[in-house]
Amino acid sequence: MLDIQSVAKRFGGLLAVDQLSFAVRENEVLGLIGPNGSGKTTVLNLISGAFKPTAGDIYLDDRLITDRPARHIARAGVGRTFQLVRVLPSLTVLENVMAGAVFGHKRLWGREARKYAERQLERVGMAHAIGMPTAALTYIDEKRVELARALASDPRVLLLDEWLAGLNPTELQTGIALIRSLREEGRTVVLVEHVMDAIRSLCDRCVVMSGGVKIAEGTPAETLADREVIRAYLGDDDA
Amino acid sequence: MTRAEARNLALAAAAFALLAFLPFLKDSGYLLSVSVSIAMYTVLATSWALFSGPTHYISLATAAFYGLGAYVVAAGIGTISYPLLLVLAGIAGAVLALAVGVTTLRLSGVYFVIFTLGLAELIRQVVTWVQNNLTGSRGMYVLTEITERIIYWELLGLAALVYLVGWLVARSRLGFALRIIGNDELVAAHVGINSAAAKLILFVISGVFAAVVGAVMAPRYTYIEPSIAYSPELSFQVVIMALIGGAHRLWGPLVGVIPFALLWELIAARFPTQTVLLLGVAFLLIVYFIPHGVVGRIESALERLRRGTRRG
Repeated sequence: MLDIQSVAKRFGGLLAVDQLSFAVRENEVLGLIGPNGSGKTTVLNLISGAFKPTAGDIYLDDRLITDRPARHIARAGVGRTFQLVRVLPSLTVLENVMAGAVFGHKRLWGREARKYAERQLERVGMAHAIGMPTAALTYIDEKRVELARALASDPRVLLLDEWLAGLNPTELQTGIALIRSLREEGRTVVLVEHVMDAIRSLCDRCVVMSGGVKIAEGTPAETLADREVIRAYLGDDDA
Repeated sequence: MTRAEARNLALAAAAFALLAFLPFLKDSGYLLSVSVSIAMYTVLATSWALFSGPTHYISLATAAFYGLGAYVVAAGIGTISYPLLLVLAGIAGAVLALAVGVTTLRLSGVYFVIFTLGLAELIRQVVTWVQNNLTGSRGMYVLTEITERIIYWELLGLAALVYLVGWLVARSRLGFALRIIGNDELVAAHVGINSAAAKLILFVISGVFAAVVGAVMAPRYTYIEPSIAYSPELSFQVVIMALIGGAHRLWGPLVGVIPFALLWELIAARFPTQTVLLLGVAFLLIVYFIPHGVVGRIESALERLRRGTRRG
């Protein structure tokens, strides 16, 4: 579904991502994991079109999307959330979510868009907040609204950047169930995550990054047992 | 259309119809002249806010479009019929806005402000140079049969049009896109919005209105030269008025235009040499004390009141 081929991204003197290749299969949940600063978020930004890669190519299905602007990639069916939540402050909760339905690849308008957005809010457990201004939201609720906005564009591929971070144990179980239900309805999910329980129970496969390069790829059990991976997370002495 | 919308539309139509009778009042000379400037600033400030309100791009190019419109009339009067000149002025404004927009809407914040100010100044200097060196005169005569009354009606018509356009934009996908862009351009791109195109459309709309206003006003001057038509003061006045009122609501600028236009009449009559100084002071005061305009103040006061009553 997504094919990342020898992609590199350089910010000035820093090589954030180096010669990275991996593929995301249709209808799987792929975990992109690794220590802080290993380049995971940069990879999401490259896929969603927020950044252009310095080298390499990215394909969505068989279409080359490397140099496409973010809006084209969004319309092609790639939705995302942001690591630092980005709700639109002067819009209501409902309008925030409608943004996804109106301009994503669904392109709904009027009552249709509103109803569709309401359904997405119900789905993420925010039905009570439909008419609220965004200023009244807690951090966790902001994350939910952002996910609802991404869902409102009916994405085929959903990129989640640490969406489960900061949830309490109960919320985490709800969150995991929600992501699983997204896969069950046929979506493909790429998630950058640190919560190991979530990775173990959700991901079909994991790609592990460290210092901008891929150091392992495989099932969660395989990759998390990998010596290289343990060394990347915990340092040499513990390996 | 909801019932509230239909009611507002009817009220607005009635207000405009009533205002159209103003020139028939007895001894309406001074009143009419003040009303012409209020109507002019209303169209300019409202159309400016259509673009700048949601996008937060401060354009100081109003004078460039206004002057262009005035000069289209000055150049064509006598050979081309006046109504056609108004249309030509609008087209010229659209072309200029398109050219400027394509090259500059990628600039952000202060760079855009400076560029638009520079643009107006550049055009003024070019026109001055052309007139001095090629035509051998400093200005041009605009001699017509058009009275102040007709100018007033034309401006009133334009004001109705600018409100109609603003209302339609606000209800459209385009208006929704602009609000998202104004909030967060990165999110806008990631939900699939073409921000460059959306901003360009609004910039062209505001440019067309400013150019047509310039064309409508040209006969009032009888003699125009670059320092009148391309006066940078005008650009600042428009920004100040729109900001005093509140650029995030369609009717916001009007709330700023009426007191400011009256105050300006007073200042220009009493302190003709200090106008620019007072303009600068007004600019500073607004930015410090009412960044969201009078309308913003009223709205937040209402909000507080509503919350207070709910609690009590």
